[in-house]
Parts: sequence; structure tokens; C-alpha cells
Amino acid sequence: MVRAEAVHKRYGLLEVLRGITLEVAPREVMCLLGPSGSGKSTFLRCVNHLEKINSGRLYVDGSLVGYEERGGRLHELPEREVCRRRTEIGMVFQRFNLFPHMTALENVVEAPMLVKKEPRAVVMTRARALLDRVGLSNKVDAYPNQLSGGQQQRVAIARALAMEPKLMLFDEPTSALDPELVGEVLDVIRALAEDGMTMIVVTHEIGFAREVGDMLVFMDEGVVVESGVPREVLANPQHERTKAFLSKVL
Amino acid sequence: MTVDSAEGHRPEEIRAVPLRHPGRWAATAVLLVLAAMLVHDTVTNRHFGWGIVDSYFLSPPIVQGVEKTLELTFIAMAVGVILGVGFAVMRLSPNPILSGAAWLYIWFFRGTPVYVQLLFWYFISYLQPTISLGIPFGPEFVHMSANTLVTPLVAAILGLGLNEGAYYAEIVRAGILSVDHGQFEAAQSLGMRRAQLMRRIVLPQAMRIIVPPTGNETISMLKTSSLAVVVTYPELLYKTQNIIAATYEPIPLLIMASFWYLLMTTVLTIGQYYVERYYARGSSFALPLTPIQRIRRNLTTLRRAPFSTSALGGP
Repeated sequence: MVRAEAVHKRYGLLEVLRGITLEVAPREVMCLLGPSGSGKSTFLRCVNHLEKINSGRLYVDGSLVGYEERGGRLHELPEREVCRRRTEIGMVFQRFNLFPHMTALENVVEAPMLVKKEPRAVVMTRARALLDRVGLSNKVDAYPNQLSGGQQQRVAIARALAMEPKLMLFDEPTSALDPELVGEVLDVIRALAEDGMTMIVVTHEIGFAREVGDMLVFMDEGVVVESGVPREVLANPQHERTKAFLSKVL
Repeated sequence: MTVDSAEGHRPEEIRAVPLRHPGRWAATAVLLVLAAMLVHDTVTNRHFGWGIVDSYFLSPPIVQGVEKTLELTFIAMAVGVILGVGFAVMRLSPNPILSGAAWLYIWFFRGTPVYVQLLFWYFISYLQPTISLGIPFGPEFVHMSANTLVTPLVAAILGLGLNEGAYYAEIVRAGILSVDHGQFEAAQSLGMRRAQLMRRIVLPQAMRIIVPPTGNETISMLKTSSLAVVVTYPELLYKTQNIIAATYEPIPLLIMASFWYLLMTTVLTIGQYYVERYYARGSSFALPLTPIQRIRRNLTTLRRAPFSTSALGGP
């Protein structure tokens, strides 16, 4: 579903990604772990072309992200095409980023109606079902500032799912939450994994990565230090850097 | 450390001697004396000419002038808002030609006096005697004399509207920049295109920042519209000056015009208050009650507890 080949990304002189190579198979859950500044979030943002990569190749569902290869050269894709591809990738942010001037239900129905031009009645039914699925059927008319952090994040997940994406990206979905609210959001993500959604999850929740992840990737300073089955990597890290990091967070 | 988690006995209510404010009393006395002098003068000084103010206030030429003032204000403001939103979006465009053009427009129209701009449009026929529509550098289809096209109303709209557009562009730009960057990313990640995310996500949120200065600008436009006198547009001040020229009573007629301007700006201020409340929905601040809601609540609390001090002394 996602294939990265030696992906590099720099801001000015600062190299944030220095050759990321990895692959996520359909229905697989990949957890990205690593200290802050290691490039996890940047990589995630490259996958739906919120950031342009400087070298390497990045494929989602078999096609290049943001470019098209014709006659041996890369051509930038027009906005219309970049946007169409983004509709197939859901993203959930650390700070929720719900639209504050819309109710929970309006947040969820906005993009399917505006971007995919789906009929209102169809979207409404689906949105209510999604809000019900994340346990918020009684909050459909609440504005984001009337919801707790955990509830906001669950609305954000429903909003992303309403586009019926093939792939979900989670950028530290629980880092901005009070400890007692982390569980409700992780439960929703876990249920998604059980339904077979392909996901990349940047997280600091070691327990979640061990339990839900099919694969764990540990990144540091823009490179993949170590990857493998979560249980094995966490129980028996091979690299000094991984050991040092895990000893601090476990 | 000791902590007593059980609910203890309740100590008696504090009844302290209130702090005295002699300075406030002195200031109040001074202001009252000044107010009394002012009232005395307005009542006894016959040069105010209250009778003249009263007799012209609802006279047909003045009412026509008020209508023309309102018409010009709203058209020029609409032109300013449309241009302002357009130029603000252009100014933030990644295309350097578009943002440069917007910068140039704002630089020019903000940098020259609106009075000069009005005169400029009034005298446009000296520069461009005929105005024609057609293919650039090619054949022309419609020919018009500038004097028939640029009437006093058109000159006033162009002068005030183009000037307003430059100021309004900066207000809208400030509003757009105030929207959290995460909102752009969330909208983009849902596949929205730039135009869609501006219209549905960013501008509605920018409105909270844009609306208060828009009220200011509208009030300011209402007053600046009196400059349209120089392009002989028959608005309130123009009509007032006509009557002054005929009656030689400048003071009462200027007072009368001022009353009209105050009346109109007051109505606009009230309108602004309610528009702001509309765009504040979903923001983190609790909305204060409207004056009508406040009166209604006070009435109900008074009815429920007629002797409660909080209902009388509360805000």
C-alpha cells in the first residue's frame, strides 16, 4: 500500500529524512516510534504530499506521490490530481484540527459533500453511523469546544473515515490528551485495525504498538534504526539507540 | 502538610468596611458642573437654532440626501469588500505576479488621499475622453464618452470603493493569517482544493477577526461619503450645504446633519454587535447576553426573588 525508497527531505540545510526505505502491506498496521525530531511526523506528511520529498521515491497504492513519471522525467501533478489522491488517505493530527465553526456532524459531512460531491442524504447517514461507531452518537450537534480532547479526536477520526480512505495516517493521536482520555481514542484505532484498515501510526504508546502493530519501525535522526515485529523489537532491541530510547519510555 | 478532607463548619460571612474613593467623588463633581454649564448654554444660546434644526430634519431634500448617503455607503462598501477579499487572497497566493499586483494596488490606493482619488475620477475625462470595450490592441466594439459613463455616483463609488478595497484587503489578510495552520492541513488532508478550503474553512474562521474592523470601516465609510460633495454627488452634506447657501444658517444645519450621521452610525453599531455574535459561534469565549436578553433575565429574576440584592446590584 505504501512503499518508500530512500526518501530524503530537507528544510533548507537541515536534512530531516535521510533515506527512509520501508513498505506497508495492505491491512497492515505500522507503528512509527522514535524521539521527537527524528522525522516520524515529517515522513507521515510526505505520504499525503503535505510535504514534498527532495529525493527518493514514495508510492501509495502503486502510484507515485505528488508526481507522475513520463518519458523518464518526473512531472508535478496538478492540484486537482493531488487533491483526488489525498481523498484516499485519511489523516488524524496530534492537535485534532477540527473545524471549530462547525458541529461534530458538520465536521464529518463537510468533505464528502464538498470534495466528493456525494448526495447529502447518503453522507448524513454515513456520518451518523461513523459518529455512533466512535461512541459519540449523543454529541452530533456539539461544537468542538464543547467536547473533551478524547471526544474531539474521535470526531476527527470519524471525519477522516467519512472519505472512505484506503489508508489512515495517525500523527501522535494521543499525545495532546489527558492520560485518562488516551484509552478511548486507542480503542477506536484498535477497532479500525481489527476491521483491516491499513494504517501508519506515529505514537509514543509502547503498549499500543506492541498489541496492535503488525510492524514497528524505530526512527532516529531521519533514518530507520531498527524495524520488525513489535513484540520482538520491544523485548530485544538490537541497536544501542533503540535500547536507550526504550529504557527511557518503558 | 495537613489536609482535612471532611467538610468542616462554615465560618461566618465576611462583612468588611468598603474602601472609600474620595477621588471619584471629586471627579464626579467636576463633571457634573461642566455638564450643567453645557446644558445651560445649549438651552439659552439662541444661535444653536433648535427650531431650524427641527424644521429641516425631516425636510424632503435632507431625507433624499440621507437616502443617497446610505446608497453610496453600501455600494462603495460592497465594492471595497469584494475587492478586499480578492486582493487579500491574491496577496497570499504562491504566484509572485499575483501577490505583487495585489501589493502594488494596496500600496497605491492606501498611499494617496481619498480626496485626491475622488477628484481624479471626477476629472477622468481629461485623461481618457472616451472609454471603449473591445479586444486589447485590437478592434473596439463599444464607444462611450467618459462624461456619460462616469456620473457623480460612479465617480464617488470608484473613489471610495477602490480606496476601501486597499484597506479592506489588509483586514482580510490579517484575518486569514490568524487562522491556525492546522486548519489548512486538516482541510488539505481531506482533499480540499485551495479555493474550497478558503471558502468553507478559512474565511468563516477569519470572519471573527474581520467583522469588528468591518463595522469600523462601514461607519468610517458613512462619514467619508460626505467627501463625495467634491464630485457633486447629492448626498446628505451636499444637500445641507445647499440649504446653508440659501439660508445663511450654518450652525443649526450642521447640527442637523450631525444628528443624522449619529443616528445612522448608531444603527450600524447595533447591527455590528449582532453580526459579531453570529461569527463567534464555536469560539472558546462564552457569549455575553444581548441587552434584550439581559433585560428579560433581570425581569424574571426580579419576579422570582423581589428582595434579592444580587438581582438589583448585579451587572
